[in-house]
Amino acid sequence: MKVRKHLLKREKHNLKIDKGQGDVIMDFSFSEDIEFLRSNVRKFVKDEVEPRAMEIEENDHIPEDIVEKSKEMGLFSLSIPEEYGGLGLDMVGKCAIYEELGKTHNGYTTLIGAHTGIGTVGIVELGTEEQKQKYLPKMATGEWIGAFALTEPSAGSNAANLKTTAVKKGDKYILNGSKHYITNAVDGHVFTVMAVTDSSKGAKGITSFIVEKDFPGFVLGSVEQKMGLRGSHSAELFFEDMEVPAENVLGEEGRGYVNALKILANGRAGLAARNLGSSEKLLEHSLSYAKEREQFGNPILEVQAVQHMLADISMQIETLRALTYRVAWMSDQKMRVVKEAAIAKLFGSEVYNKVADLAVQIHGGIGYMKDYPIERYFRDARITKIYEGTSEIQRNIIAGELIRELKKKEG
Amino acid sequence: MNIYVLLKKTFDTEEKIAVSGGKIEDDGAEFIINPYDEYAVEEAINQRDAHGGEVTVVTIGDEDSEKQLRTALAMGADKAVLINTEDDLEDGDQFTTAKILEAYFEDKEADLILAGNVAIDEASGQVGPRLAEYLGIPYVTTITDLKIDGENATIEKDVEGDVEIIETSLPLLVTCQQGLNEPRYPSLPGIMKAKKKPLEELEIDDLDLEEEDVEPKTKTIEIFLPPEKEAGKVLEGEVSDQVKELVSLLKNEKKVL
Ligand SMILES: Cc1cc2nc3c(=O)[nH]c(=O)nc-3n(C[C@H](O)[C@H](O)[C@H](O)COP(=O)(O)OP(=O)(O)OC[C@H]3O[C@@H](n4cnc5c(N)ncnc54)[C@H](O)[C@@H]3O)c2cc1C
Ligand SMILES: Cc1cc2nc3c(=O)[nH]c(=O)nc-3n(C[C@H](O)[C@H](O)[C@H](O)COP(=O)(O)OP(=O)(O)OC[C@H]3O[C@@H](n4cnc5c(N)ncnc54)[C@H](O)[C@@H]3O)c2cc1C
Repeated sequence: MKVRKHLLKREKHNLKIDKGQGDVIMDFSFSEDIEFLRSNVRKFVKDEVEPRAMEIEENDHIPEDIVEKSKEMGLFSLSIPEEYGGLGLDMVGKCAIYEELGKTHNGYTTLIGAHTGIGTVGIVELGTEEQKQKYLPKMATGEWIGAFALTEPSAGSNAANLKTTAVKKGDKYILNGSKHYITNAVDGHVFTVMAVTDSSKGAKGITSFIVEKDFPGFVLGSVEQKMGLRGSHSAELFFEDMEVPAENVLGEEGRGYVNALKILANGRAGLAARNLGSSEKLLEHSLSYAKEREQFGNPILEVQAVQHMLADISMQIETLRALTYRVAWMSDQKMRVVKEAAIAKLFGSEVYNKVADLAVQIHGGIGYMKDYPIERYFRDARITKIYEGTSEIQRNIIAGELIRELKKKEG
Repeated sequence: MNIYVLLKKTFDTEEKIAVSGGKIEDDGAEFIINPYDEYAVEEAINQRDAHGGEVTVVTIGDEDSEKQLRTALAMGADKAVLINTEDDLEDGDQFTTAKILEAYFEDKEADLILAGNVAIDEASGQVGPRLAEYLGIPYVTTITDLKIDGENATIEKDVEGDVEIIETSLPLLVTCQQGLNEPRYPSLPGIMKAKKKPLEELEIDDLDLEEEDVEPKTKTIEIFLPPEKEAGKVLEGEVSDQVKELVSLLKNEKKVL
C-alpha cells in the first residue's frame, strides 16, 4: 500500500515535469506559484477584509489598518516589475489575485484595482528609466497611491474631446482645466493626466503627464456622492496654472490619447477577473442561503425554480472564467487582444449584473436589505458597465475589430 | 543567534473533517501550519531581527509539508528543513517526533528553539518539552513574552490566566502561546523570495536512525468525532420552578454538580 502511494506521487511529479513539453495541447491549470499567491490572498481577504465589509459600507471609509496591512501584503505592487520593488506578475497572475480581491467589498477592490491598474500601468509601460526609478518603488509599497485622470465634463465616452490644456513654458508645462469622477483622487499622490498640447491636431494633440498632488496649482475638488463603491472615492480635480516639469511628460508628446487607450485596454482582463470574483462570492452566499432558508416546509434549495437560478449563475461564472483567463493568457503571449479584452470587460460586467440580480432574487426580501451584503453587490455591480469604457463603447470596439478583420481578409 | 522553529502541518479545524476506518480522511481536508507554531515563526523572525542570526524551520512530515515550510519562509524564515518520513514510518507519536528531532539537533548549535504550545490536532503539548529533555537544555512552556539579553532570557508564561515571570539562559527551548505576538501574513513579495530560499529534505537514515529507534510508544485505538452539538434546552414556567429544574438537570443529567 505504502509503496504504491509513493509511486503514485512520483508519477504525479513526472506528469508535472512533462507539462509544456509538447504532449499537452491545452492546460487550464495555474502554476504552483500562482496557486500559492492566490491562496494567501484568499485567506487575507477572508480573515482581514471581509469581516469589516459592513463597516466599510456604513462609514464610506476603508479603515487605515486594513489599507496598511494590504500594503504590507504587497497588494499595491502587483503591476510593478521586480526591479522596482514590485511583484512583476504576468496578466494571468494578476487576474488570479484580482479574482480573490473581487470576493469582498468592491470599494476596497477598487482602491487597489485603480492603483495597480490604470494608476500605475502607464508609468510601467511608457515611463522613462528616470520616471520609473522615481515613482515605481514608492508606488509598489503603496506609500504613493496612483490614479488616472482622463475624464472631463466634456470628455466621457468621447475621451478625445478634452478641454484641459498644457502649454510649454521653458522647462515646464502649464496645465489649466478640470477633471471629474477620478477614482483615488482623494488618497492619490501620482496622477496620469491627459491634456491638450496642440488643439489643432484633435486626438493627436493630446499628451500624457505624470502629475504629483503637491505640484503648484493642483486643487482637489469635491468628492462625488455615488450609488455604490463606498469607501472608494472619486473626485473632481482642478488645474490652475499647474506647473509640471517637462521631464514628467509620459511617453511621446501628442501620443496621450493612444497612451490612454492602451492603459485602459491593459486593465480590461483585470476588471473581468474582479467581476468574476464578486460573482463567485454571490454564488457562495446564494447557495448557503438557499440551503438554510425554509419555505413550504423545505429548504428553498430544493425548489426547482431556485435551483435553475443557481444553475444560471454557475453557467455565467464558468463562461466568464474561461474567457477572462484566456484573454489574460493571450495578453501574456503578446497577442493582439483588442477585441477579446473588450469582450471580457463587457461580458464580465454583464455577468456580474445578472448574477447580482439573481442573487437578490434568491434571497427574497432580505436581498433588498442593508443588513445583508447582497444589495451592496447589486449596487456595486452597476458601475462596471460604465467606467473604463461603457458597454456601448466596448461594443463599438468589438465591431470595429470585426470590420477591421473582415477588410483584412477581403484585402 | 541560531534560531530553530519546530513546525507541524495540521488539519484546518475550521474546515470539515471526516473520519473513516479509524483515520482522518486526507482527501478534501485543508492543511495549515499549526496555529501555535505560527506564533513560534513570528517570534523567531522578531528575535532574529532584534539580535541577528538565522531562522531555520524544521518539520517532520511528508512531501506535502513543503507548502507549510514555504509559508514560513515567505513570512521571513531563512531556511527550511523537511524530514520526510513518508516512506519509512507507518505511524509515529510524540516519542517518535522528539527522537527524530533529537537526532537532527545532535550536531546543531541551537541558541533558541521555538515550538507551538500544542498542535491543535492531537493537543499533547509534549514534543517541545521532550526534545528539551533529550537535549539537556532548559525549557519554558506557554510563553507570552520573551526578552533576550546576551545569554539571559526573561520570559512571561501563561499560567491558567495568570502570569509567571521566569529568568533563564540560552540555549533554551520555549513553546509559544496565544498572546505572544500577532503572526504576520506572508507578503506576496515574501512568497516570491521564498522560492529562492533553501529547503533541505532529509530522511531518517540521513540522521542515522532506523525505524526501530523511533517506534511509537503509544497506540491509537480509535479516532472519532465529538458528538454533534444538540440544540440548547429552553426552560419555561415560573422562575422558581425553572431554577429547580436547572439544578436537577445539572445534577442528574449532566452530573456537573
Ligand atoms: C465611479 C466612477 C469612477 C470613475 N473613475 C474614473 C477614473 O479613475 N478616471 C477617469 O478618467 N474616469 C473615471 N470615470 C469616468 C468614466 O470612465 C466615465 O463616466 C465613462 O467613460 C462614461 O463617460 P460619461 O460619464 O461622460 O458618459 P457619456 O459618455 O456621456 O455616455 C452617456 C451614454 O451615452 C453612451 N454613448 C456615448 N457615446 C456613444 C457612442 N459613440 N456610441 C454608443 N454609445 C455612446 C454611453 O455608452 C452612455 O450610455 C469614473 C466614473 C465613475 C462613475
Ligand atoms: C421593501 C419591502 C417591502 C415589503 N412590504 C411588505 C408589506 O407591506 N407587507 C407584507 O406582508 N410583506 C411585505 N414584504 C415582504 C415581501 O412580500 C416578501 O419579502 C416576499 O413575499 C418574499 O418573501 P421572503 O422575503 O420571505 O422570501 P422567500 O419566500 O424566502 O423567497 C426566497 C426565494 O425563494 C423563492 N421561492 C420560495 N418558495 C418558492 C416556491 N415554492 N417555488 C418557487 N420559488 C420559491 C422565492 O421566489 C425567492 O426567490 C416586503 C418586502 C420588502 C423587501
